[in-house]
Amino acid sequence: MAYSEKNREMFAGVIEDIRGAGLFKEERYIHSSQAADIEVEFPAGASPKKVINICANNYLGMSSHPEVVEAAHDGLTSHGYGMSSVRFICGTQDIHRKLEEMVTAFLGTEDTILFPSCMDANAGVFEAILTKDDVIISDRLVHASLIDGIRLCSAMHDTYKHSDMEHLESKLQMYNNRRVRVVVTDGVFSMDGDTAKLDDMVKLCDTYDALLLVDDSHASGFIGRTGRGTHEKCGVMAKIDLITTTFGKGLGGASGGCVSGRKELVELCRQRARPYLFSNTIAPPIIAGVIRVLEILSASTDRRDKLERNTQFWRQGLLDAGFVLKEGDTPIVPVMLFNAKLSQDFSRDLFEEGIYAIGFFFPVVPKGQARIRTQISAGHEMHHLEKALDAFIKVGKKYNILGKSKQEIIEMYGM
Amino acid sequence: MDEMKEIIRNYVIEEYVEDDTEINFDTPLISGGIVDSFSMVSLKRFLENKYQISIPDDQATPEAFDSVNKITDLVNDFIR
Repeated sequence: MAYSEKNREMFAGVIEDIRGAGLFKEERYIHSSQAADIEVEFPAGASPKKVINICANNYLGMSSHPEVVEAAHDGLTSHGYGMSSVRFICGTQDIHRKLEEMVTAFLGTEDTILFPSCMDANAGVFEAILTKDDVIISDRLVHASLIDGIRLCSAMHDTYKHSDMEHLESKLQMYNNRRVRVVVTDGVFSMDGDTAKLDDMVKLCDTYDALLLVDDSHASGFIGRTGRGTHEKCGVMAKIDLITTTFGKGLGGASGGCVSGRKELVELCRQRARPYLFSNTIAPPIIAGVIRVLEILSASTDRRDKLERNTQFWRQGLLDAGFVLKEGDTPIVPVMLFNAKLSQDFSRDLFEEGIYAIGFFFPVVPKGQARIRTQISAGHEMHHLEKALDAFIKVGKKYNILGKSKQEIIEMYGM
Repeated sequence: MDEMKEIIRNYVIEEYVEDDTEINFDTPLISGGIVDSFSMVSLKRFLENKYQISIPDDQATPEAFDSVNKITDLVNDFIR
């Protein structure tokens, strides 16, 4: 037997090291569908508790939307459960190409290719289009999936300080001898909720003949006047060379992702991207669900408008109560606590009050920047937000942090 | 030696530090969360260009880059 006791003990030791470093992740079982009201089993074995969820990426409340669920049922009936093939053999249905065309129209690009996830899109896009003669210059806070994709690619890579346009320009100047330069950023940064300066970045990329890739996973469907994404908000529609995004957040919440952009670059992904070539694509019922999501979002901006109102109410309520927030205007609203243990204690107390929100600390966020990341949804009604706000204020009073500055909180609890 | 440490320290501050964090020769850079391992590449490239050396990837580890003192030791190993 290859898996000897020695091997078992060695791997068990690795797990203990993870636990010892405070990095062990416990999953909490949800006994309901994903929504504003959920039933959570925590700790494991406990009776499910009804709580308000303010930590899902369910920005538009589409995860359990009845029309989306119905469309997925219909897709299951009409197109089956799965394809049992990759796209280029016999794994492409009419609805796969239909969704690609709908995404292209929605994002205002030239063409789109689906991937099993945005993680796969980011893992595949760089090696499909770049060589060792090229350079990738990425923001230091981009999502882990972009970092993995960059690492899988033979191109040189470098980074620039978060959203620092002067630093980015100096890097573009430094690499002016490379065949292709690609600047990479998130549209909305997932931990801080701030937005990339895409208008400035488009100008820089024009000046230095660089491509611009934006991961808009935390923006597609609701950022911008009609929800097309960060490029709409920044007034640079049709000027982004590559957009990667997910159908696992605002655009439905199930799974799947895509690369959308210049048609030659999309075609290179179709020919060369390994997660596309060597994996089944998105299953038919999910494709049918995403198609319905895009139909709903293209017909009306009601849901993104409601999300915007909810976000404004939530952010203002927290500020008025005296919490320290990361600045921004997206539905990602980080409540800053700075101290790792305080973030865990605060999250546990919120759960006792019927609010489900998670504390994040190093290495997920920089040292000394522990926080509760709250995420607002169009699926939240005012009574959800009012109850959550009351709970935050109650727990905030317990720890005496209301009205306190960053420095004062750090003096009380340390970094 | 001290001149090299100052040059490296100044580069680290210029390239990575965005607030008033103080960097001395023993400040933990990677394990302290000041430089992330993915962004370390610009520091490696700076050292190679500045001192006309080539640091193999298997020696450009987060541990070897974790302080100005350790980086100086590493660079000196390749200069000699």
